Amino acid sequence: MMDQAKGQSRARKIKARLFYLACLSAIIISLGALAVLLTDMFIRGFGSLSLSFLTSFPSRFPAKAGIKSAIFGTIWMMSLTALFCIPIGISTAIFLEEYTGNSRLAAFIKINISNLAGVPSIVYGFLGLAVFVRALSFNRSVLSGSLTLALLVMPIVIVSSQEAIRVVPRALREASYALGGTRWQTIRRVVLPSSFPGIVTGVILALSRAIGETAPLIMIGALTFIAFVPDGPFSEFTALPIQIFNWVPRPQAGFHQVAAAGVLVLLGIIFFMNGIASIIRNRFERH
Amino acid sequence: MKGTDVTEQARVSIKNLSAWFGEHQVLFDINASIRDKWVTAIIGPSGCGKSTFIRCLNRMHETVPGARMKGRVLLDDEDIYKSSVDPVSIRRRIGMVFQKPNPFPTMSIFDNVVAGLRLSGQARRVNLNEIVERCLKQAALWSQVKDRLKEPGAGLSGGQQQRLCIARALAVEPEVLLMDEPCSALDPAATQRIEDLIFELKKNYAIVIVTHNMQQASRISEHTGFFLNGELVEFGETSQIFTTPGDKRTEDYITGRFG
Ligand SMILES: Nc1ncnc2c1ncn2[C@@H]1O[C@H](COP(=O)(O)OP(=O)(O)OP(=O)(O)O)[C@@H](O)[C@H]1O
Ligand SMILES: [Mg+2]
Repeated sequence: MMDQAKGQSRARKIKARLFYLACLSAIIISLGALAVLLTDMFIRGFGSLSLSFLTSFPSRFPAKAGIKSAIFGTIWMMSLTALFCIPIGISTAIFLEEYTGNSRLAAFIKINISNLAGVPSIVYGFLGLAVFVRALSFNRSVLSGSLTLALLVMPIVIVSSQEAIRVVPRALREASYALGGTRWQTIRRVVLPSSFPGIVTGVILALSRAIGETAPLIMIGALTFIAFVPDGPFSEFTALPIQIFNWVPRPQAGFHQVAAAGVLVLLGIIFFMNGIASIIRNRFERH
Repeated sequence: MKGTDVTEQARVSIKNLSAWFGEHQVLFDINASIRDKWVTAIIGPSGCGKSTFIRCLNRMHETVPGARMKGRVLLDDEDIYKSSVDPVSIRRRIGMVFQKPNPFPTMSIFDNVVAGLRLSGQARRVNLNEIVERCLKQAALWSQVKDRLKEPGAGLSGGQQQRLCIARALAVEPEVLLMDEPCSALDPAATQRIEDLIFELKKNYAIVIVTHNMQQASRISEHTGFFLNGELVEFGETSQIFTTPGDKRTEDYITGRFG
């Protein structure tokens, strides 16, 4: 009896150990690949990173080429994308979670929004080209680009906001109702503040996805030589991933270096955004 | 059913109330009267429908998906389930302390207490500091939190959270107060303070309190209702229910023979 029990507990310990090792190697593999990639970019691109790289326009000469127009294009585009997708995405999530109940139509819509999150980005590029560039004749403008990207990442904002709203405990809504709160007051004062960290996480995730998107922008025709800063939503533009994409296939090794430097800048911006997201999350979750 | 006729001074009258969760009926044809300036205790074994009963009195039952009810609940002779009545206005008049403490986690202690006033738009017309101090004192919480009113309400202990919820319900000055086991997480001293509070409050309010504590029911209430499996077995004056219960099942329950 005793021996058997001892044997069993030994087997359990070995299993636990094996599982631990499996998890550990999974982490090492994924982080390792990332580390190799980052180091490679760093070695190649760090030399080209300089103030003049950030403040010069693209050029035919790699030594003079910079990303000023791309940075401004990206800032313009991200601001407009956020402006479109945050209010619409969050309102949609509120509507779906708080107002539609469990009707068949609502369930159908919810499933399809989740499906939209999996549609390849090139398809959104087609849509943007047909609707914004051609039908609405916004041309190859910042506006067309950001509307396209807003559509692309809207499902992410909606789904993550829905999830954040759904986990607010019933008891809190009840507390608000019992104090004489209306539905809207309950959403505004209880549900949204409680789900705020989750919603912010979703928004930042969506914007981080949008900032690196290349294919839909190429589809709508943003792959051109731009040596100026956009002066409005209808201005032509370039953006960081496009500028990088533009440099990579060129034969001169110098352009490969500035491309790597561009990647570093892009990564820096994404890390910065995620850093902000975790600060917001931590600050609010403690409360 | 045995009991005295109290419809005369009834603040809330419950007529033929039945309630369901989906297809599952949990209340069967309840008739009772909640008298003004009296404390009505609701007793009965776990799961017999006490919470559901008091949640029908301020239209909270219907907020549960799939839940429905039948029958009438009159507040001052007006049916609160009439289609022209806004449940929001009813809930402002009939306050509630829930069985599980549910302070707003994103709000400070101070903001929790005045949350109801802010919701109903009264916050600008009154002195909030005064109200917070008065309600927290009434709920026997003031001395423990007066130096940290700006801290989050979720940082309190379970019993403190329950008293915070009591203070929050008092701040909106309802006419009827429903309390679902408000003392179940409190130590004897705090329980004593809450009982004193109930004593104080009943000068102005009608109070309904669910309790598993027979001594408490007999100490603080004038009326007692005994629920069993969704039926109101007996409803009447507390002194009479605890000394000469009219139903064998009531006697068995209060003497601890089952439940
Ligand atoms: N949200 C719900 N959905 C479905 N059934 C429910 C729900 N809440 C309660 N019930 C059922 O309704 C019946 C009455 O529950 P209720 O909460 O009113 O009991 P209670 O007397 O308050 O019990 P306790 O003393 O444990 O609080 C129980 O059978 C319970 O299972
Ligand atoms: Mg209960």
